[in-house]
Amino acid sequence: MKNNKSWNKIKNWPLLLPVVALILVMAVNIIYDAVNGNNPLSFFMITLQQTTSNGTILYGRIIDILNRGSEAAILAIGMTLVVSSSAGTDISVGSVMSLCASFCCMLLAGYGVSSTTTLAKPLIVGILGGLLMGVVCGMFNGTLVAYFKIQPMVATLILFSAARAIGLLLCNDLIVYVRNPSYAFFGSFVGPLPTPLIITAICVAVMSILLKKTALGMYIQSVGINDKASRIAGLNSKRIIFLTYVICGLFAGIAGIVNSSRITSADSNNIGLYLEMDAILAVALGGNSLGGGKFNLAGSIIGAYTIQAITTTLYALGVSAAQAPVFKAIIVILIVSIQSEPVRNFFKKQSAAKQAKGVA
Amino acid sequence: MKNKKVRLNGHTILLLITIALFAVLYAGGCIAYGAKGFTHLQTFCNILITNAGLICVACGMTCVMLTAGIDISVGALIAMDCMLLAVGMEKGIGAVPMILIVLLIGVVFGAFQGYLVGYLGIQPFIVTMAGMFFCRGMTAVICTDQVSITEAINPTFYKWANAKVIIPFGGYVNNKGKYMAPYVRPGVVVALLVLILIFIMLRYTKFGRSLYAVGGSAQSATMMGLNTKMIRMKAHILSSVLCSIGGICYCLNTMAGSVTQALGLEMDAISSAVIGGTLLTGGVGNVFGTFFGVLINGTISSIVKTNGKLASSWPNILTAALLFIFIVIQSVFAAIRERSRNK
Amino acid sequence: MEDNVVLTARGISMTFPGVKALQDVDFTLRKGEIHALMGENGAGKSTLIKCLTGINDFEAGEIHIDGIQGPVKNHSTRDAQNVGISTVYQEVNLCPNLSVAENLFIGREPMTKIHTIDRKSYNKRSQVIMDELGISVDVTQNLENYSLAIQQMVAIARAVDMDCKVLILDEPTSSLDDEEVEKLFVLMRRLRDKGVGIIFVTHFLEQVYAVCDRITVLRDGRFVGEYPIEELPRVKLVAAMMGKDLDDLAEIKKEGAEDAVNNPLEISAKGLSHTGTIKPFNLDIHKGEVVGIAGLLGSGRSELARAIYGADKANTGTLMVDGKEAKINQPIDAMNLGMGMLPDDRKAEGIIADLSVRENIILALQARKGMFKPLTRAKQEELADQYISLLQIKTASKETLVKQLSGGNQQKVILARWLATNPDFLILDEPTRGIDIGTKSEIQKLIIKLAGEGKSILFISSEISEMLRTCSRMAIMRDGQKVGELDRELTQENVMKAIAGGDSSDEK
Repeated sequence: MKNNKSWNKIKNWPLLLPVVALILVMAVNIIYDAVNGNNPLSFFMITLQQTTSNGTILYGRIIDILNRGSEAAILAIGMTLVVSSSAGTDISVGSVMSLCASFCCMLLAGYGVSSTTTLAKPLIVGILGGLLMGVVCGMFNGTLVAYFKIQPMVATLILFSAARAIGLLLCNDLIVYVRNPSYAFFGSFVGPLPTPLIITAICVAVMSILLKKTALGMYIQSVGINDKASRIAGLNSKRIIFLTYVICGLFAGIAGIVNSSRITSADSNNIGLYLEMDAILAVALGGNSLGGGKFNLAGSIIGAYTIQAITTTLYALGVSAAQAPVFKAIIVILIVSIQSEPVRNFFKKQSAAKQAKGVA
Repeated sequence: MKNKKVRLNGHTILLLITIALFAVLYAGGCIAYGAKGFTHLQTFCNILITNAGLICVACGMTCVMLTAGIDISVGALIAMDCMLLAVGMEKGIGAVPMILIVLLIGVVFGAFQGYLVGYLGIQPFIVTMAGMFFCRGMTAVICTDQVSITEAINPTFYKWANAKVIIPFGGYVNNKGKYMAPYVRPGVVVALLVLILIFIMLRYTKFGRSLYAVGGSAQSATMMGLNTKMIRMKAHILSSVLCSIGGICYCLNTMAGSVTQALGLEMDAISSAVIGGTLLTGGVGNVFGTFFGVLINGTISSIVKTNGKLASSWPNILTAALLFIFIVIQSVFAAIRERSRNK
Repeated sequence: MEDNVVLTARGISMTFPGVKALQDVDFTLRKGEIHALMGENGAGKSTLIKCLTGINDFEAGEIHIDGIQGPVKNHSTRDAQNVGISTVYQEVNLCPNLSVAENLFIGREPMTKIHTIDRKSYNKRSQVIMDELGISVDVTQNLENYSLAIQQMVAIARAVDMDCKVLILDEPTSSLDDEEVEKLFVLMRRLRDKGVGIIFVTHFLEQVYAVCDRITVLRDGRFVGEYPIEELPRVKLVAAMMGKDLDDLAEIKKEGAEDAVNNPLEISAKGLSHTGTIKPFNLDIHKGEVVGIAGLLGSGRSELARAIYGADKANTGTLMVDGKEAKINQPIDAMNLGMGMLPDDRKAEGIIADLSVRENIILALQARKGMFKPLTRAKQEELADQYISLLQIKTASKETLVKQLSGGNQQKVILARWLATNPDFLILDEPTRGIDIGTKSEIQKLIIKLAGEGKSILFISSEISEMLRTCSRMAIMRDGQKVGELDRELTQENVMKAIAGGDSSDEK
């Protein structure tokens, strides 16, 4: 009986799904290393390494995952809110990332310049410009979803296709390189730690504080669960949905700048490619229902890093970047199938039948 | 009774706008680029040739959208089909068996997506987005390089790709004094056949009408004894099969398989359907309108290409902008209808 | 079985988890009659209909249908259709984007030799069907081009053409105007004369007396009686539906309630209306006054409250709140003027199912304070504790999800939500529905207490006795319109007469 209770507690733990997934990925790594005769725990090893460009930095697979997973984690924050409030996903985030990066680089390098080492405008103008572009994209999506009542995924499909193209236009069809250390900073290291990781931490912290110190979190969930009742209780449902898209756009902007800084360029065709998938997958893997309502930000963040761990592991197993989506697609389908009504009912019936048998 | 006329014209107006838009665009192209040969019938034929695959795909998309669903896996599925065709023929398999394989994959893939949408009730967008990533990834799994189909690899397929179907009128004499008869490729014939068949299916078969019923009101359709789950699944199968046919037409144009092929084609298909008057909410639309949607997209690309100076991303942006405009018009029309019904 | 009986149901019983929805209910339908099935909310009308049409599985009892040997048990609407029972609902269950003819024939289209739909043939047959029923439509037009009444008639035509013996009309007139209703009645009479048995469910008394031959009344899941129409005048019908609900609740004193009339006005509505749901009305409510709204379900009683609160934005008229003209576009505007509303549909508009009891209680207060002034966790818990003990909400903890509570306790949580905002004017729409008798009297006492503190309350209930105990004045609603007010001689009989209307002259 006691056993049963603690089992139930575990079963209802909101972070169960992402943590189990993370453990599974780690297990695969340990087995892989063991089979190949490496140190089985090499996955967890963190060492200090001297580099010529960044001084002494932390090095290890976990650090790599935390570093590379930053963009997905940042996107997952915004995506979580969008899914919660509108029961739909913003599939434009990857393209918006690319657009923001292009706009930022275009401002910093000047229009039509393909490579520069000196900044045409102060760094802050470029960064703010990029973020502002993200907000504008978010407002566009939010207006269509909240005020024109267009299905979220159709509404965001417009920017999904157009944003990347507009980015190309802003860059005059070029890959714009901004080879300036001050710009490269966002994608490199602060002391021994990767900057993207720190930026992610700040984003998560700011969002958590915002959710904790304002009523935003409750508003979003309330609207997502029952927007009619929320309206009667005095919430402005439309404005709240709009707001979540704006926030999502802003985070896409941040992620875009981080990604572009990493490669010190705006490669419109490749920045944020397939990342919307990672962000959505992170939300689903984080134990959040894609049908909206309650959300768990921590779950989404863990989910994002789990996906990065999966990606890194796939690469280690010899799967190329272009092939990786196959596995992610399969995971998405598995998760949403488990969450779907008929499958859940099926399991409920099974366990009920089991119980009935046990009683008899 | 007064209301009746206004409402009746709602969808018709949209279709008329679409046809007028095409006419204006095409006429604009003729005026601006007449010197570059835009006025020749061949320009129109070229639009058809380039978009033969898109016509098939957009027909399938229309069918899915009629049930209030969507299928964004089509572009990736085409890439996978092309890659399969290219790699398969490289391995020495004949053109006909490869085509059958591709069609079969279309059926299986569509059935799987359709099952998830119809029977498990998962949002079509999520399902087909996963399908899109699956196919894109799978293309890379088959081969990461660009694979070309040359005459040496498969002469039959090569012959089809370069066959000309001559049109007996509308030719012109070029500056060397040679008569140039306008022609289309076999892919266009296939695409137009698909178009006609789907048009007949939607209008004159039980299945066709049931697509409209499900999109109009799934609950009512169930109450009237239709198997809505099965109908949704069949719609996805149809979409994937038409997409595979489209993929073959597409491959006849490109004669190659590559991972980045047909990137964003789902967008073109969706916007063609929407511009052609298919409602995102389902239940309204037909492939006749969709055909004009494709033509509008094709004309835009053609104009941009003829101009030669405009950036290559313009067609993408313009298509998205058109989609945006038509979606908003639909939304406004829906709001007006809602209001007039309440009164 | 009598000769002309087409359907009999005997001793039907059915329970939902925790509720006896039907207990030993009898129902008899004869050929060629229009039979009204009457009862208030929760009386079991729709449950009985769902038993007949195979949506619900009843536990005890038998259904017999003319021409079929032995008891019939349907398991789906399809089964029901096969034995000749067709149903037309309030919401038209047809496809608006298809033509009238297609709606008549979908799923059973006539085919040509090459397996395509024979459009010509079914268009022709459809036109014949519609002409026979006296409905003038062009069957090739899309259904959405016609009015709701015509759409209803098409639904009926489909049902009839599928060879039905029993036609169930479940509130088909709710969204129709008078003229459209009259058209529908013509059709109903024509079908009756053809020998179809029609079960007619409606909330409009006028319509029952206009078209029906017989009435069966249900109350609280029990069979009350079956009457020929001429033996059951309106007042008696209302009494039968509502019951002489003489629950022995402790007499609640309405001290000072009479004086409230001399207090300044809290709410003064002039010509307020919402198109399609409530016709223009005037209503004054003084500070410290409890005003009841009496009327049957669907009479516009909820709609009146919603127009004041801005849940459905009023199209016409002016509203004075505390002596000042108020502009209310949405609920938050009303809340900022000190209003609160407990809606009648708890599930759809009340609870936020997946949030905790605590969050549900503080939601409205938080919404009024604004997003950037969050209540501290301590304050939230204090409020939650306070109201859980004040209203004796039975919950495992304040962090329990509200969807896990019983209906009555959910209702208390929503009540707590509004009390937490300390409103000057509170609208309570059916606050006691589905609540046990002890809690009912608590809520009634609470209403009196709130009024004693100078708050104004608009109280809507299906139970007249409950309103008699708490209200000093009542507005009478009928057919989407406020038809009068009662402030003297508030007795059950008077109120019922007023609700029933017709021959009654007690209205002012």
